[in-house]
Amino acid sequence: MTRFKRYVPPILLISPSLILMGIFVYYLIFGSVQLSTTSIHTFPQFTGARPHENVGIGNYLDLLGSEDFRHSLKNLLLYTVLFIVGTMFFGFLWAWLLDRRSKAEGIFRSLYLFPMAVSSVAAGVVWRWLLNANQGQRASGLNRLFQTVGLGFLENGWTTSVDFGIAAIAMPAIWQMSGYVMALFLAGFRGIPNELREAARVDGAKEWQIYRHVLFPQLSPVALSALIILGHMSLKVFDLIVSVTDYRVYTTKAPAVDMANYMNGGDYATAAAIGIILLLVVLVLIVPYLIHTAREDRQ
Amino acid sequence: MTTTALTGHFETKQPTVQMPGRRFDWGRLLRYALLLFFLIVVLIPVYVLFVTSFKAVGDADPSRAWMLPQEWTLENWKVALLGSNSGAYGKIFPVLPALGRTLAMVVPAAIISSFLGSMNGFVLARWRFPYANVVFTLILFGMFIPYQAVMVPLYRIVIDLQQSWLHLQPGIQSLALLHIIYGIPITTLIFRNYYQSVPQELMEAARVDGAGMIRTYVSVVLPISVPSFVVVLIWQFTSAWNDFLFASFFGGNAETQAPVTVTLNAIAHGSMMTNYGVSMSAALLASLPTLVIYILLGKYFIGGLMSGSVKG
Repeated sequence: MTRFKRYVPPILLISPSLILMGIFVYYLIFGSVQLSTTSIHTFPQFTGARPHENVGIGNYLDLLGSEDFRHSLKNLLLYTVLFIVGTMFFGFLWAWLLDRRSKAEGIFRSLYLFPMAVSSVAAGVVWRWLLNANQGQRASGLNRLFQTVGLGFLENGWTTSVDFGIAAIAMPAIWQMSGYVMALFLAGFRGIPNELREAARVDGAKEWQIYRHVLFPQLSPVALSALIILGHMSLKVFDLIVSVTDYRVYTTKAPAVDMANYMNGGDYATAAAIGIILLLVVLVLIVPYLIHTAREDRQ
Repeated sequence: MTTTALTGHFETKQPTVQMPGRRFDWGRLLRYALLLFFLIVVLIPVYVLFVTSFKAVGDADPSRAWMLPQEWTLENWKVALLGSNSGAYGKIFPVLPALGRTLAMVVPAAIISSFLGSMNGFVLARWRFPYANVVFTLILFGMFIPYQAVMVPLYRIVIDLQQSWLHLQPGIQSLALLHIIYGIPITTLIFRNYYQSVPQELMEAARVDGAGMIRTYVSVVLPISVPSFVVVLIWQFTSAWNDFLFASFFGGNAETQAPVTVTLNAIAHGSMMTNYGVSMSAALLASLPTLVIYILLGKYFIGGLMSGSVKG
């Protein structure tokens, strides 16, 4: 049985990983779904010391019906839009500025990208200071900087605004991730054969026409990847919020923070329901993309 | 992502034709001015971190917020490193032992998950078996899920492991295990893509020579895997080092058990009034290892970035 002999060793080699994934991904997702349909809202119920019952999709309905969680969803939406628009704008602009063989390009590139190597918690420490809500005489942080450079009208309460507090959290996120989008776009620019540009130039195209008609169309796959990656990241925003404000600050809440609060408070069923909601949103985003790339890989 | 090559993204430089400029190039000047402006904006938080970390407690007046310290002091750094129990600073958890704990968590986690990824990548790319593609997709899916979707039942499993005969310790032991497990998809992906780019003939030759799978892996595959190992090790090291989500649930006691992100967050949010001098010293200390890696091995860091960005 040579076939048998050939296939058994690789399957054996990969089986530990497969078993771990089976338990820690698939079985646990199943576990979350199951938990989210129960009335396990206290620790004794979680350990089985006290009884619980099946409530179907009751926890999901409660969540979506509560003003509190809807505020989190609204925050998440606003954060996602600002984060994506901000990182795409700066990322693209920087890549475009660096594209034309600048001197010292390497230094700019590395420094634009370095915030990504810093943990969100460490970034949160300094952004907590920068986003200090005090104004006027007591202002520090960005508000003080605005006063100093004559932009005093920009002073505001940052994370303390109920409607737009989350927008302040998007700032450190944009600071961290724009460099990454730049790296993606720069790789995209460099992947375009120079002959294309040269040919357009020979045909008498102006520089902006070359960008508009030759380079931008070539970059749309990069832009799509960037969008998916950024969207995926923003949905899970957690570290930054906790470090810049805190777990229980209403103005900057997001679903992942709620989830941690419910879990730390012993409400495991509701926490699991939020986890599953996040998973569903990610699936809606990721699955079409995966199918798309799989198709392209085959071609 | 899956289709992106691993390293050398910026290395495909081709010489450009310099347009002969007859007059002063205003566009060029504007470009550099913008680049410099954005550079300053990006570096503002770094300036704040450094300057504040050297300021004395009495130097905290808002009107001096953006100025250099009146008197440079190392006191904040000392307190951040070694902690404080009372006195002027109140209770501050020490960062130094937290750095040690984090290192003890991250190094084994990075090494073990790299080897797992390498073995998986090898059999998925080069020693294939029926349905290898399905298996690969099943593994890969683990890196797209938001970890919130597994966190609650995971909590029960981790508690069970801690109370079982294994006596898994809360904090770094539990977390190292989780980083190994949830690192499998990304490490597998990077190695699989790399091995797929290596000429098939290399391994076929070994196979013709009658070498078995293990021998092929050890004597042919491992020696050529060094570049991928560097990328994967760096990626795993930085993402485990910077992790806060798992750490916040399974980190245990912030002073004695948890990795440095949790300790840092506890310092920054510890008392009613945040001591920014100490917090920022602690933040710099906590970021030092990943920044050093970024500075020394930036190229490989970017390699991991390109393939691992959607991880949970």
